[in-house]
Amino acid sequence: MSVQMRRVASEEPAGPAYSTSAPETKGEAVLTAGVKIEPGTDYGFFTDSTVCIGCKACEAACKQWNQLPMDHLGLTETSYDNTGELEATTWRHVDFIEEFPSHDGGNGGGRNRWLLLSDVCKHCENAGCLEACPTGAIVRTEFGSVLIQQDICNGCKYCVPSCPFGVITVAKEQDGIAHKCTLCYDRLKAGLEPACAKACPTDSIQFGPVIELRERAEDRLRQVRQRGQSDAYLYGVPGGPGATGGVGSLNCFFLLTERPEAYNLPAEPELPSRRVLPATLTTVGAALFAGLATAFSIYRAAHDRRSVEGERR
Amino acid sequence: MPGLGASFGRGAATTAQWDLANSDCVLIMGSDMAECHPVAFRFVTEARRRGATVIHVDPRYTRTSAMSDIHVPIRAGTDIAFLGGMINYVLEHNLWFKDYVVNYTNASHLVRDDFQDAEDLEGVFSGLDRDQRQYKFASWQYKGHPVMPALAEHYVQSSEPFTQHVGRLAACVSPEECDPALQNPRCVFQVLKRHFARYTPQMVSEICGCSQEQFLQVASAMARCSGRDRTSAVCYAVAWTQHTVGTQMIRAASILQLLLGNVGRPGGGVMALRGHATIQGSTDIPTLYNLLPGYLAMPSVRDPHGTLKEYLEAETPPSGWWSNLPKYFVSLLKAWYGDAATRENDFAFHYIPLIDDDYSQEPMMLAIHDGKIKGFMVLGQNPAVGGHNAGLVRRGLAQLDWMVVRDAYETETASFWYASPEVQSGDLDPKKIKTEIFFFPAALVGEKPGSFTNTQRLVQWHDKAVEPPGDARSESWFVFHLGRRLRELYRDSQDPKDRPLLDLTWDYPTTGTYEEPDVEYILREVNGYTWSPDWKDRQLVKSYNELRDDGSTASGCWLYTGIYPAEGRNLARNRTPDPDWNPGTHLGWGFAWPSNRRIMYNRCSADPEGRPWSERKRYVWWDEERKHWVGYDVPDFELTKDPNYQPSADSTGMDALSGTSPFIMMADGKGWLFAAAGLKDGPLPTHYEPLESPVVNKLYPKQQSNPVAGIFPRPDNRYHKVADPDFPYVITTYRLTEHHTGGIMSRWLPWLAELQPEGFIEISPELAAEKGIKNGDWVTVWTARGEVETRALVTNRIAPLRLNGQVVHQVGMPWHFGYQGIARGDIANNLSHISEDPNSRIHEGKAFTCNLRRGRKGEYR
Repeated sequence: MSVQMRRVASEEPAGPAYSTSAPETKGEAVLTAGVKIEPGTDYGFFTDSTVCIGCKACEAACKQWNQLPMDHLGLTETSYDNTGELEATTWRHVDFIEEFPSHDGGNGGGRNRWLLLSDVCKHCENAGCLEACPTGAIVRTEFGSVLIQQDICNGCKYCVPSCPFGVITVAKEQDGIAHKCTLCYDRLKAGLEPACAKACPTDSIQFGPVIELRERAEDRLRQVRQRGQSDAYLYGVPGGPGATGGVGSLNCFFLLTERPEAYNLPAEPELPSRRVLPATLTTVGAALFAGLATAFSIYRAAHDRRSVEGERR
Repeated sequence: MPGLGASFGRGAATTAQWDLANSDCVLIMGSDMAECHPVAFRFVTEARRRGATVIHVDPRYTRTSAMSDIHVPIRAGTDIAFLGGMINYVLEHNLWFKDYVVNYTNASHLVRDDFQDAEDLEGVFSGLDRDQRQYKFASWQYKGHPVMPALAEHYVQSSEPFTQHVGRLAACVSPEECDPALQNPRCVFQVLKRHFARYTPQMVSEICGCSQEQFLQVASAMARCSGRDRTSAVCYAVAWTQHTVGTQMIRAASILQLLLGNVGRPGGGVMALRGHATIQGSTDIPTLYNLLPGYLAMPSVRDPHGTLKEYLEAETPPSGWWSNLPKYFVSLLKAWYGDAATRENDFAFHYIPLIDDDYSQEPMMLAIHDGKIKGFMVLGQNPAVGGHNAGLVRRGLAQLDWMVVRDAYETETASFWYASPEVQSGDLDPKKIKTEIFFFPAALVGEKPGSFTNTQRLVQWHDKAVEPPGDARSESWFVFHLGRRLRELYRDSQDPKDRPLLDLTWDYPTTGTYEEPDVEYILREVNGYTWSPDWKDRQLVKSYNELRDDGSTASGCWLYTGIYPAEGRNLARNRTPDPDWNPGTHLGWGFAWPSNRRIMYNRCSADPEGRPWSERKRYVWWDEERKHWVGYDVPDFELTKDPNYQPSADSTGMDALSGTSPFIMMADGKGWLFAAAGLKDGPLPTHYEPLESPVVNKLYPKQQSNPVAGIFPRPDNRYHKVADPDFPYVITTYRLTEHHTGGIMSRWLPWLAELQPEGFIEISPELAAEKGIKNGDWVTVWTARGEVETRALVTNRIAPLRLNGQVVHQVGMPWHFGYQGIARGDIANNLSHISEDPNSRIHEGKAFTCNLRRGRKGEYR
């Protein structure tokens, strides 16, 4: 807004007193994220690592809303990361990556960085877990998110190796079934934005319709690059890094400033189903080869035996 | 906050967090803002999004540094050297904002001829009494007319009565007293220049341990982003206050901001980030021993405070806003003692005890230890973890007859008698501890209604969401019913000393089964009303301008008046943000004292003629047609005072301040580059080393540390020598995002405990290699006060510093942890010492020395 247009304050406080909340019907997300949540639209997160302060409010808010247990108590001895990784009882995880090329208080001119990033389930366009699930427990919701239906999952673990990002694990000590981020499905149904995005104090985690978020992300990327971070890029937008190998785009995508591996993200994720045909061909080929080799060695053995016998004669 | 009070007039942040988004440069120093104030940091992030430069100057590379454009590591406790260097840089290169400095600061005032600077006396100012460790302040005064500070302790040592100088205070036209050309060698500006002349980039580098280039990068960025069209802000937190020179660190920042013209303007100011929720509120309506509500001085035996008349004569300056003090003081007495406070009995002035000694936190803990204090009520505090020289504190608790702890969990303080390290080691025997401990479960914030007054002086009301569980009750319930029961016990007493208790107005209506006092009635009392014994007949006052000194009005804290201006209008409940951030001052959200102002001293946002300095930084200005100050905020100035107004020779009160005197709380209406009164350790900040330091004071080799710092040398509180080879490392303590102060609100909560599960010490790879320590190893750290074991976090985020060839290692420990709860660890404060900043009486927990080795406590070295 232009400065000239600013309203001059009267001596009395502006606006009516006692206005506390918007009408219930619009949903709280209208107030907190500027988004009216409606079925039929794909929603996701744009996580901007350049403004993440590593406060872990997302981790705590996620665990509180979803009533997930404390799963690990003790120093991991890895910077300020005492969570370690995404797992069945941890659906948000903040990475802490210390990069200090010039360790003399910055005098050497190298760029010292503490990279911070809140990682989460990507809610892939083509989700490996969903493809692999034999029971139909994993579904695509009306909000475009990927959801494990807790009452159907039988704990077969097929989804675990099928996720190219290593997001899903099974809660061995609790119920033995698979768990991951639900994009706060219950909150979306009630018109609330997901707990992590709401708690994020710097808007590093932004919630909204994926299409809108991508536009916002492109603007932000331009801005970040203009300010000198020429290595910044988007991970998980169509055609970009992270959206490879049949995974398609990621509903939860990221703005990063270091190669994906630094954040423990695959540079070129691939759907396991992509490997089915080559793997089948390889298997068939290998079987053919093995069969022929066996046949040949039997033939050779028989031939040799005959030769030996012939010589004996 | 005497640093801000002595500079600007009010001891509080000059701005609001959201206004940081308007900054062109944000200097964060003495604060790990992103970690400790993550929500406020949102607006620093926003400023950076808009193109601002964010700078973090801090011993450690923290999550704040990660979010900054520039991080400069400095040795803990050398901030004045760094800021002094910036002041010198700005003066040397003529980068100060001339029109602002000449008109709005005391740069042109002449200082008394007998004033001698630290530069003249090898590190001390004139008036020092070395034996008493205190200054006589008379020589620091202005030439010709003494002024009072805008602080609670108004009484200054001067033989001249103030009344002789009425009217001359602000006008300052006589060439004997003032030089607007700033050339007279005795004028504040020239004194300032000489004082900081030796704070060169090289000196900064040799004291602080950063490179000259790094320092210059910061100084030039700040200067570049200040002026008519741009503004810079400084954010600090408790990492400035917790030093024996803490107040003067804040003073140094204030001087810098005045020179650059950044105070009272959008995107500028000094943002004092308070230590935790409503700590601003707890100084406004204080939990301090030497203040009464609204920054009124507690009467003292050391000052002429025998009667109300004497007190008011000593404390009321003739000019500036504080000339209203009698109205506020009498209204406070009326609020507390009602009909028992009459003109005939001095409005019961004698009911208020006179203080006779230092009863601040640190000396109180010593007095408990030495058996001078018998009973101790602990509400919302955990001194067994948060107290300094914490081993001494815990041994002291065993000397009490009784202790009351009200909290949500059984804290380290409540359980010291069976769980403390002193019990584990056999120092204390639970069977022999006589202390009777009463533990009361406390209601948490969602379980009681009330208010928060946070950093930006903003009062926000909250309602009760759920009933507290079991026997848990609110603090107001506890105090109210304790008062009721005590009054019942003394009901028939004829003893005059019991009158203060029996005459208290203790008539708040109650609600519910548990007779919870209705806190909105407490707010009504704080706001103030016309006095009547009956609530029904009390008329709420709308502004502190309505308060009187004749007993007709009552107000619990004049500063908050206006918060409840009419029945049913609790402005702290307001929740209307500005639509689309327009104009972005959000006057409809909560209530900010004074009078709902968001940026204080905002008269400074206009030039002397009342016009905005620039369109970009337009905020409050003079509307010539309406003859009225207008703008986006509530003007912090008399609304109809013309910018060209000049006081006459006999003007008093606010009339004695000219139309170009924006600091209305100051007796002369100016921002004080030079603090002529109000501070105990000098009118200008000076670099002193911390009490414990690995190096000799480079600037003043003959004056190592603050000559008037409060020290308590005793066998159980020994200090290390200068450059003590037994304690070669600098240690600093700090907090983490994941935990809250003494840990009660976080270490018991599994979701937070797992995020920072135990204590640790941050060590540089270089020091770790020297000591044979690997990441994750157990490390034992010790000082003359105590010993702790903790885990090593070896990290490049801490770098060894080179001071003129000497390598200085720094280590850091979070101080949250203790022996109770889920997330545990040895108590970092076992290592720190008890000492005091002479002004604020705050300890030096941010910079002291230690030694360390690999291995656990009992292990062979």
